[in-house]
Amino acid sequence: MGFFIETMLGGLMTGMLYALVALGFVLIFKASGVFNFAQGAMVLVAALAMARFSEWSNAALGGDSLFLANVIGIIGAGAVMFLVAWAVERFVLRKLVNQEGATLLMVTLGIAYVLEGLGQTFFGSEIYSINVGMPKDPVIMFEGLIEGGVMINKEDFIAAALAAVLVGGLTLFFQKTAIGRALRAVADDHQAAQSVGIPLNKTWVIVWCVAGLVALVAGIIWGSKMGVQFSLVTVALRALPVVILGGLTSVPGAIVGGLIIGVGEKLSEVYLGPFVGGGIEIWFAYVMALIVLLFRPQGLFGEKIINRV
Amino acid sequence: MFYRENGQFKTSYAADQEIFTITQDKWFVWGLIAFAALAVPMLVDEYMFRAILIPFLVLSLAALGVNLLVGYCGQITLGAGAFMAIGAYAAYNFMVRIDGMPLIVAMLLGGVSAAAFGIVFGIPSLRVRGLYLAVATLAAQFLCDWAFLRIGWFTNNSSSGSVSVAKLEVLGWIIDSPVEKYLFCLAFVVLFAFIAKNLTRAAIGRQWMAIRDMDVAAEVIGIRPMFAKLSAFAVSSFFVGVAGALWGFVHLGSWEPAAFSVDRSFQLLFMVIIGGMGSVMGSFFGAAFIVILPIFLNQFLPFLGSLFGVTVSTAGVSHAEFIIFGSLIIFFLIVEPHGLARLWSIAKQKLRLWPFPH
Repeated sequence: MGFFIETMLGGLMTGMLYALVALGFVLIFKASGVFNFAQGAMVLVAALAMARFSEWSNAALGGDSLFLANVIGIIGAGAVMFLVAWAVERFVLRKLVNQEGATLLMVTLGIAYVLEGLGQTFFGSEIYSINVGMPKDPVIMFEGLIEGGVMINKEDFIAAALAAVLVGGLTLFFQKTAIGRALRAVADDHQAAQSVGIPLNKTWVIVWCVAGLVALVAGIIWGSKMGVQFSLVTVALRALPVVILGGLTSVPGAIVGGLIIGVGEKLSEVYLGPFVGGGIEIWFAYVMALIVLLFRPQGLFGEKIINRV
Repeated sequence: MFYRENGQFKTSYAADQEIFTITQDKWFVWGLIAFAALAVPMLVDEYMFRAILIPFLVLSLAALGVNLLVGYCGQITLGAGAFMAIGAYAAYNFMVRIDGMPLIVAMLLGGVSAAAFGIVFGIPSLRVRGLYLAVATLAAQFLCDWAFLRIGWFTNNSSSGSVSVAKLEVLGWIIDSPVEKYLFCLAFVVLFAFIAKNLTRAAIGRQWMAIRDMDVAAEVIGIRPMFAKLSAFAVSSFFVGVAGALWGFVHLGSWEPAAFSVDRSFQLLFMVIIGGMGSVMGSFFGAAFIVILPIFLNQFLPFLGSLFGVTVSTAGVSHAEFIIFGSLIIFFLIVEPHGLARLWSIAKQKLRLWPFPH
């Protein structure tokens, strides 16, 4: 029983991390109808920038203030993400207004390649570490309830809490602020939004910035967990089924989808894996998404797709 | 002056339905094939065959298959690598498990297996499109990656996980030198290019294009979306599967599942975008471009760097490759969505008037 709960909690934590990346997908899709395949590359670039800026500033400061170095790193990485958002809007999206979804999807693949190349050219392609002082030791919980207790990584716990805070903040931002309303208006109808005076281009920059910041948070958490390296890009491919499951237009959907996929992956790997040779994590999520697609194409929480196919 | 169609009259239906209605086009294509088959083997050295020509031919066949689906039928796919893998492993299993199985039959059966899987993974296309379909095809990709890595039966329980083909033999002709491999691939590619060209101008190809341009309207005029989409998936996967078998058998010789990873799928999609969606010729342009560019950059960038006194590392070159590929994708999608093939047809238009434009 303890082991089952441990696996499940582990899955929930991983799911939170997936949800963080999925959130970036959802934000951009909601506001511009673009499915951003470059989210993984953005996570990589953000993490690389963060790692290198804090490393450099740490060296410049003589290594006595890790906190200051990290703050500089975060500010630097934030600036890089802003630059990325601006460039994407200025050089790509602005020229592709009113294009089909498939074209925009493929263009983000191009963006992903450019970002991966540029990021590694500027920041190097080795494995770097991010140290934001997250505790790495596990703790034992629920000892009273279950025999032996349940072991949880503190790091995972903090990551999950951070993700929850981020989601809450974003929901407030989308629902309560003027900018949030503008973003939702643009998502609903480009032309109508423009005709009531919402600047389309500025809105896109903002939403890509927000997605960039989400990528930064995801990058810091993933990066401090498994090191900043090129394989961070594949995180996007892991998070893709999450958004399909949760629905492309729903922020809560990204979270719930992330949790379901996280738990599903872990449980299937532990309880189903041994029978079929293991390593089923990666496709299990996709097959789950595929089944959802067949019966409920809009996902669990998405807006109903009215397109006839 | 030389390239024009005036004075070429069609006097029979057969002449009117030819693939190349302009005589110069016909001669150009036949000349190109003759050049590729007869002159190239004499002119080129072994490295050229191994590093450029054979990969180019095989990948252009795969790109052709992807183009039928993405360019002609408008169904996006990110699982082409998986169908290559299915083609390769199925052909391998047919070879290993059935005694005296002829090579070509095994390859075609590999293609048929890929087509069957293509239909299965094409079923979501009946309900979803665009991104959702991309995810469905990605599911195929990851499932195949895993299956060929973990299920021993597919690899004939080889301990290293890689499989290899001992010798290639067609009707007593043993294919072992690079030239022979090249000619073998060339025969496949020419044949399949003609099939593709004919398919796209036949009823089935027109159905695909109608579905691509507007599915509801296509349905109204009596095209069955289910048949059109699934047939596009089947034919495309067949092409890609045969290309996969060629890639494994002829180009690699022995291979692991990593040879057909998701990167391969992206690469094939890029070939189609850069080469030209909805164009048989474009698949060849795209494949040539993507095969040659990395080799060119590997030579050129260090040279360029040395001019300015900068040493360009191998990693630097591979990053530059990423940047250039990505920029080109963006560039072509924005500026020329019909790809290199469109530039080709513009050139032909200009040539018709040359040297006396209006």
